[in-house]
Amino acid sequence: MRLTQGTFSFLPDLTSEQIEKQIEYCLANGWSLGIEYTDDPHPRNSLWEMWNLPMFDVADPKAILFEINACRKAFPNHYIKLIANNSTRGRESVALSFIVNRPAQEPGFRLDRQEAAGRTVRYTIHSYATERPAGARYNGRS
Amino acid sequence: MESSTGIASPAFVDVDGNASQALLEGTLRELDSELIGLKPVKLRIRQIAALLLVERLREQAGFASGPPSLHMCFTGNPGTGKTTVALRMATILHQLGYVRRGHLIVATRDDLVGQYVGHTAPKTKEVLQKAIGGVLFIDEAYYLHRPENERDYGQEAIEILLQFMENRREDLVVVLAGYKSRMERFFRCNPGLHSRIAHHIEFPDYSLDELMDIAELMVRQRMYAFDERSWQAFREYLQLRVAQPHFANARSVRNAIDRIRLRQASRIVQQGGRIAKEELARIDEADIRQSRVFQGGADAGLAANGRTLPDGIEAKELA
Repeated sequence: MRLTQGTFSFLPDLTSEQIEKQIEYCLANGWSLGIEYTDDPHPRNSLWEMWNLPMFDVADPKAILFEINACRKAFPNHYIKLIANNSTRGRESVALSFIVNRPAQEPGFRLDRQEAAGRTVRYTIHSYATERPAGARYNGRS
Repeated sequence: MESSTGIASPAFVDVDGNASQALLEGTLRELDSELIGLKPVKLRIRQIAALLLVERLREQAGFASGPPSLHMCFTGNPGTGKTTVALRMATILHQLGYVRRGHLIVATRDDLVGQYVGHTAPKTKEVLQKAIGGVLFIDEAYYLHRPENERDYGQEAIEILLQFMENRREDLVVVLAGYKSRMERFFRCNPGLHSRIAHHIEFPDYSLDELMDIAELMVRQRMYAFDERSWQAFREYLQLRVAQPHFANARSVRNAIDRIRLRQASRIVQQGGRIAKEELARIDEADIRQSRVFQGGADAGLAANGRTLPDGIEAKELA
């Protein structure tokens, strides 16, 4: 099941040129870019691991693309997203965020139902990938 | 007609008609008019410009072409315009279409070398990352290397710099600058760095006439006016100053003009009363002749005491 989080997630994966264009747009807006990765893509897990510090004062998209590729090399089977932060006062939040790398196999999620007091049913989402320990998920097997 | 590479294309290319050629001429003319002297420097910039243009034409004609290595090293005596030219290099290379952004990152030892183990590499990489797509200018690069301390982290910064200069040649241009003798000592300790820099440009000292031209430019920029007699006095001043120790070319000229302004200001204040507007701009001959340079220089007393300044330390400008 294809993970759909962040911008462009219903589109086919972006190519390097397309990513570069998006970075250029972010830089033109004065947003600082950061790279984050995870192997636990639960919708509630919004804070992923940081790949280095956010890149402030970087002028050229190539420099950021280089870091994305370095992160892909280190974590080929993780989800990697690019985050653009708008630091304008009053805004100070994520302006754009999209996935730039995903594992080859995405086992997806299942819906768990729990019988609670009375006839209440509680629902929760369970990621199949998290059944393996962190770091051993998405290793080409599903 | 078939070209030698087998790609069908016209047999002639128009060098003059190239759009970038016109822009380039404009840039180079601007350089000629705003920087006085520096013949070898301008020549080298012209050569680089021509090479980049031909590279582009070659690419269009289907010949093999690769981005040339443009790392540079500027050496020369104090005040010969190394920093000024380096600051312009980013603009020039951007207009030539060699660097994508054309911004300039100025770095010194502080920005590159860390304070503890493992601090240097990320610090250097961060600076290099910021410089990608532009020009990284390292002024007084020899401070990176401290031969007297073998555990100095400067060496680590140099290694990372080298790696970047080699692997990501098309992404950034590194310009090193410094005084000649110390740069040579620096390269002797780091031979790999010397060979990775394609352009070693030496900045010559200015001649007296060039110094006068520089003075004229500075006076005009600051909106002052020298009369005929003050120019003559200033020429004599320079003749004497050049022979005295710690002469720093254009920097000495600038400092001399700044001190002349001081004397002019105090003269005007002492006179007081109502004066013509032009008086505020006019430099009197006396403002120049008061300089200590005419009495044998400020170092006359210093030398008599047997005191000398250690080599390489830039003496404070005294007059």
